[in-house]
Formats: sequence, structure tokens, C-alpha cells
Amino acid sequence: MSSSETTPILEARNLIKVLGGNRVLDSVSLNIGRGRVKVLIGPSGAGKSTLLQCLNFLMPPDSGHILLEGREVDGANKKELCALRQQVGMIFQDFNLFDHLSALENVRVALIKVKGMSKLDATERAIAELKRVGLADRATNYPANLSGGQKQRVAIARALAMDPKVMLLDEPTSALDPELIGEVLAVIRDLAQGGMTMIMATHQISFSASLADEFIFMEKGRLVEQGSPAELLGKGSSSRTQAFCSKISELTGDSDGECRL
Amino acid sequence: MSTPYSEFLRADLAPGLLEGLWVSIIVIAPSALLGALIGLTAGVLRVYGPWPVRKLAEGYVSLFRGTPLVVQVFFWYFALPYIKFGEWSLVLDPIPAAILSFGLCSGAYQSEYIRGGLNSIKRGQIRAALALGMTTRQAVVNVVLPQAFRRALPGCGNEVIYLIKYSSLASIITVNELTGTATTIAKNSWRNIEVFCTLGVFYLLLVTVAGWLLRLLENALSVPGFERPKA
Repeated sequence: MSSSETTPILEARNLIKVLGGNRVLDSVSLNIGRGRVKVLIGPSGAGKSTLLQCLNFLMPPDSGHILLEGREVDGANKKELCALRQQVGMIFQDFNLFDHLSALENVRVALIKVKGMSKLDATERAIAELKRVGLADRATNYPANLSGGQKQRVAIARALAMDPKVMLLDEPTSALDPELIGEVLAVIRDLAQGGMTMIMATHQISFSASLADEFIFMEKGRLVEQGSPAELLGKGSSSRTQAFCSKISELTGDSDGECRL
Repeated sequence: MSTPYSEFLRADLAPGLLEGLWVSIIVIAPSALLGALIGLTAGVLRVYGPWPVRKLAEGYVSLFRGTPLVVQVFFWYFALPYIKFGEWSLVLDPIPAAILSFGLCSGAYQSEYIRGGLNSIKRGQIRAALALGMTTRQAVVNVVLPQAFRRALPGCGNEVIYLIKYSSLASIITVNELTGTATTIAKNSWRNIEVFCTLGVFYLLLVTVAGWLLRLLENALSVPGFERPKA
């Protein structure tokens, strides 16, 4: 095996983040290899979102190291930062589409401004990405005229257009009406099956169990448990993960067996 | 017995006021542009500037919003020439002095509308832009400003309307714009009611045209989610 295949695409070492006197991240280390899917679960306030945002310095960690393909990224260096962020796609809970731009322009703008592509090439690429998420016919719609599920799919197309090496998804379906969750999950499933490397925070336990290589259970800023979904949720498992998702299932009224694999 | 109003309007008042109108436009248009430019810059600096720059921009706004415009006009026209920079001092002609006064004052108010517009844009969009690899400046220029500007436009337009009316203050530093010309005609003819009522109509027309232009601009920039609420 060559070294480029064994080197993790993205690695975090001993990340610490203190917010308002709380250790939101308490020495968190994590790495992800090419084509892997890792899913972060845990109660709200556990630090999942903070961890994801520290990985691309949207929220600079107080201390710790981030390595992209084995090379440490200097968060104080603007050039390195922009280069890192181009290679690390991010999907937000509340989509964060640019409200004054059409779906097509949303996908295109960073290609032109950041990658320096010509308008023509960028448009072509943007249309291809919109097609990939099933929204080619909505290219001229503005966010105000898109449903939540469509907005999130445009946001995914926008991130994919940058050719990221890894995608960070921060509860991509949490702000959606229940009937719109499916279309976004379908796109995420396609991505995973296409070999995209992903770290996703989510409460969609049974969905993510079907595509995750690893579950990571977070609590109070720490990675408490890590393992394959089968290990953590399997029959007879007494893991914290198992306990947490039973609680979710109870609350949402799902059947008891929902979390068992 | 004096001539009838129609004759007075045709022979004296209208030609005089039209000349004044031209001067008014020469004062108003650059002032509005200068005000918008200063307002945009100061507004952005007040929201995104580093601390010292932010404080400086805030100081500018409180100074120019906090003192009467007449005082500012007097300062630039009558006081500035006495300030010596070594051997040099700056003497402004009446029209440039008026444009500078109005531009600086208008900019202070405009920056307030721009600031409001900037703050109304959700922070998440900046984070999304940064996450795509944009620099903070690119995010502000390409994502935040175009939206903030649309949100600020009604307020900024309002300020331009104000500017049209306070441009009449230029007459006190001998600029023969609408009001200056009207005062002279009134003094010479003693037909104060007719002169000043007609003057009012001229301003009304000017404001109506400006309002119409602003509406055109608003419509041209309108996209779903930013449109004028339907009555």
C-alpha cells in the first residue's frame, strides 16, 4: 500500500476549544481515511458542531493540530486556510444559501471567485452539480422559491462543485420538515456510495447506520465511544450509543428495535 | 398694477428658477454620490473594520450627525481657509464647499442604513462563503454587500430625498441654486408668495423625479426574497 493511501485525508490532534468557560472540545483527536464515512452522534451540546467547525477553522480551536493529507495546516495563514477550506466541503444545518443568488449562481459563485474559473466553465460545472442532486430544473430559482429540502440539495451541489476531498455535514436534515428529509438523505447516500469521504453529525441513527463505517459517540466535548454501527448498536450491546439512541427512539415514538441491527 | 402671474412666471420666475435648478442638480448629484460612497465605506468599516477603524468611523458619524448642517457648511466655507498647513491653506469655492458639506453629512446618515442592512444578513451566509474558501473580503463583497444594499436601499433613498431639500442650504454660502435664485427674484420683485410657492413646486418635482428613479433602481435590483412588499 502506498503512503498516500494510508495517510488519513483529514486528521485532528488534541483539539481544545473553550467557549464561555466551558470546555466544548476536550482534547479531541480524530482521523478519517479516503472513502470512509464517520458519523458523530450524541446529545445536543456535546460538541459535535464545534468539532466540525474546528476542522475547517470556521471556529479556530484554542489548541491542537489539523492535518490535511498529512500536512499540518497553519490556521493563522490566510492562504493555507483558504486552500484547506476549498478541499473540505461543509454542509450546514440551516443551508446558508446566498439569498440574492439563484440556485445556479449559488453553486457558481465560488468557482468563479475562488477557483478563478471562467463564467462559462463555472456555469457548465454548476449545472452538472445541480443535475447530480436532481435540481437541474430549478437552476434559475432563488432560495426564497425553494423548499427546505431543495435548498439543502443546492447547498450540497455548491460544496461538491469545489471538488472537496472530504465533506463535513452538520446535522444536514435537522432543520427540515419530516417529509423533506428523504430527498436529502438520498443525495447523501449517493455521495457515500460514490466514495465521498464524509464526517456527519446527525440524529438520523438508522439511516446513518446503513452507510457509516464508524459511529462516534460524543458527550461533554469528548469522543466517548467509537466503533462500527454493528458493534455499538448490535444485539446485547450495552454501549452509551445504544442507550442514547433508544432514548431518541422512545421520544420519537419509533419501535424499540429501531436502533438494534 | 403688476403683471399677471403667468406673465411673471414666463418672463422672470421660470427662467431664473430653471437656471437655479441646474445649479441645484450640479450640487445634489455629486453630493448624493459622495454620500453614498462615504456611507457605504463607513457602514462596512463600522461592522467589519478592526477596532480602531471602527471607532474612527463611529466618531465620524457622531460628529456629522451631531452638529447642525449649517454649522458644517459654514465651517467648510468660512473656517477652513483659516486653517494653515504650514504655508498652505485650503480655500473652497462655494459649490465644492457645499458638495463636501452635503456629502459628508449625507454619508453619516447613509452609513447608518448600510450598517442596518449589513446586520440584517445572517452570519451563516458568511460562514458558508468562508467554508467555500472565500476570504472575508470576498465574502463581504460578493455575499453580504449585495444583500445589505438591497435591504438598505429604501432608507438610502429616503436620505437622498432629504439631501435634495437640505441642498437649499447652499444658498447661505452664495451658491445660486434654486433657493438662492428664488430669494434674489423675491427681493427684486416683492412677489414673495408667488416666488416661494413656485419654488416649493420645483422641489416637489425634483423629489418626485428622484423618487421615481429610486423606484426604478429598486425594481431593477429586485430578486425573490428581496422584493418590495405588495400593497
